[in-house]
Amino acid sequence: MKTVNSKINAKRKIKIVLLQALCGISAAFTCALVLFLMVYILAKGIPNLSWELLSTEPSYLSRTIGILPDILNTVYMIVATLVFVLPLGVGAAVYLTEYAQNKRIVAVIEYAAETLSGIPSIIYGLVGMLFFCQFLNMQTSLLAGALTLVIMNLPTVMRTTQESLKTVPQSYREGAFGLGAGKWRVIRTVVLPGCIDGVITGCILSVGRILGESAALLFTAGFAHALNGFLEGLGSAGATLTVSLYVYAKEQGEFGVAFAIAAILMILTLLVNLLAMLAGRWFKRRRKL
Amino acid sequence: MKKQNAFENFIHGIFLILGLITVGCVLLITLYLVVAGIPAIRKIGLRDFLFNPKWASTASEPSYGILPFILTSVYGTAGAILVGVPIGFLTSVYLAKLAPAKIRTLVSGAVSLLAGIPSVVYGLVGMMVLVPGIRGLFHIPDGASLFAAIIVLAIMILPSIINVSITALEAVPKEYEDASLALGATPVETYFKVSVPAAKSGIAAAVVLGVGRAIGEAMAVMMVSGNAPNLPELFGSVRFLTTAVASEMSYSSGLQRQALFSIALVLFLFIMLINAALNFFLKRSKE
Repeated sequence: MKTVNSKINAKRKIKIVLLQALCGISAAFTCALVLFLMVYILAKGIPNLSWELLSTEPSYLSRTIGILPDILNTVYMIVATLVFVLPLGVGAAVYLTEYAQNKRIVAVIEYAAETLSGIPSIIYGLVGMLFFCQFLNMQTSLLAGALTLVIMNLPTVMRTTQESLKTVPQSYREGAFGLGAGKWRVIRTVVLPGCIDGVITGCILSVGRILGESAALLFTAGFAHALNGFLEGLGSAGATLTVSLYVYAKEQGEFGVAFAIAAILMILTLLVNLLAMLAGRWFKRRRKL
Repeated sequence: MKKQNAFENFIHGIFLILGLITVGCVLLITLYLVVAGIPAIRKIGLRDFLFNPKWASTASEPSYGILPFILTSVYGTAGAILVGVPIGFLTSVYLAKLAPAKIRTLVSGAVSLLAGIPSVVYGLVGMMVLVPGIRGLFHIPDGASLFAAIIVLAIMILPSIINVSITALEAVPKEYEDASLALGATPVETYFKVSVPAAKSGIAAAVVLGVGRAIGEAMAVMMVSGNAPNLPELFGSVRFLTTAVASEMSYSSGLQRQALFSIALVLFLFIMLINAALNFFLKRSKE
């Protein structure tokens, strides 16, 4: 066979090469962008990281800045959010895949979940402030912030759980029913263990989002840098790493600290992404076995 | 047996409540925004609120016109789409059709990393690199401007556009492409003249998703746009709908505070419109 290419005229050929080049350049540009962000932030941030910065709280007396409270607040925020969002999200997913028979209810719930994932975080922050801080009288506190993030992350956990529930074979459920188990027993012993994959994936994605969230927390969790224990911390105001990055960069002009926090966030983002990828691969392989 | 039934019904009821929580949240958010947002619009007057080009909330004779914010958000989003969509679209064609498997995994990893970077980090880099760069390049007194915000937003919407477009391009039936190849079109011609048109609803959904992300972004934009309530100018300091809410909330009171809730309501209406458009395109691309 003579190659088809020999019949293509020059004009057509130029167009093809041009389009191909444009695609390649765009992809290369995207990669270069990521690489630049990574290298720039780490290069600017890591020299500013010190044990002292990581292990102390800010002090007006000695005029030093420490980000230990911010790190702890971030951990508290993640734990508190997951504690609430996991049961709610998994429960909603179980309802949709196991119980719901009315198609209209399913459509309404799924539409609501899609709507939630499209709402910008600043609006969550505002409603969280009005509802949790003022109406439920929680004041500006980590708990109010965490509950706001629960609403934000609900669709994520719901979707990942739903997807993994769909992979539980129907025959397992039928087998259990055939042995005389009630609906709840089937869900508890057959369905729920099957959705572990989805719950873990949902957890990882949520942690990523909580780490990066700032607009929703400004007016719900506040800016404080006090060092607290877990329960005490939930009741008082506190800045997470992202919020304090914003405060240090925009309001106080402490760019060294801001870059140090950015570097920490960058490394954590990298870890979360890696974990999500590994988990995805592992679950896929296990399912095939 | 009866006891067993009552128990099952009870469990069913609990799961029903859990299922309806998302619906409850959407209703709660809508309700709160409407209830908190309407009073100020009533006092100021809808027309004055939406079309008055002057925002001076702390002046002795305050003026609450949000036209500058609306226009800035619209221009900023349009600019981000104009810059971000071509790059994102071409990248997605490369990844879905042209790239070898290894490169594809690598670039996809980079794209999901881009999606995971917190918006304040984008804001910080914008503040330290982009803003001084724009100041030097265009010889203007301050680089914090609409232009800087457009660039940051364009980068931030890339992952959404790329991921959704890839899904759409991969869903194109292989037969379409095979038919085109058999008729003598080269692979690249096939991708652009057969695959892309076949995936156009999905690609439109990607663009709409990008619009939603851009119009809702607050923190990164706040750090690079200068934040003065001017009518939008490419190299002028501007304030978006999102940043208007965020920047005054902490010290606002009275009518000013209520007006901020009204701005959030306007933003929410924009988002609901965009969501409806997104659903329309997604449904069509599934068919």
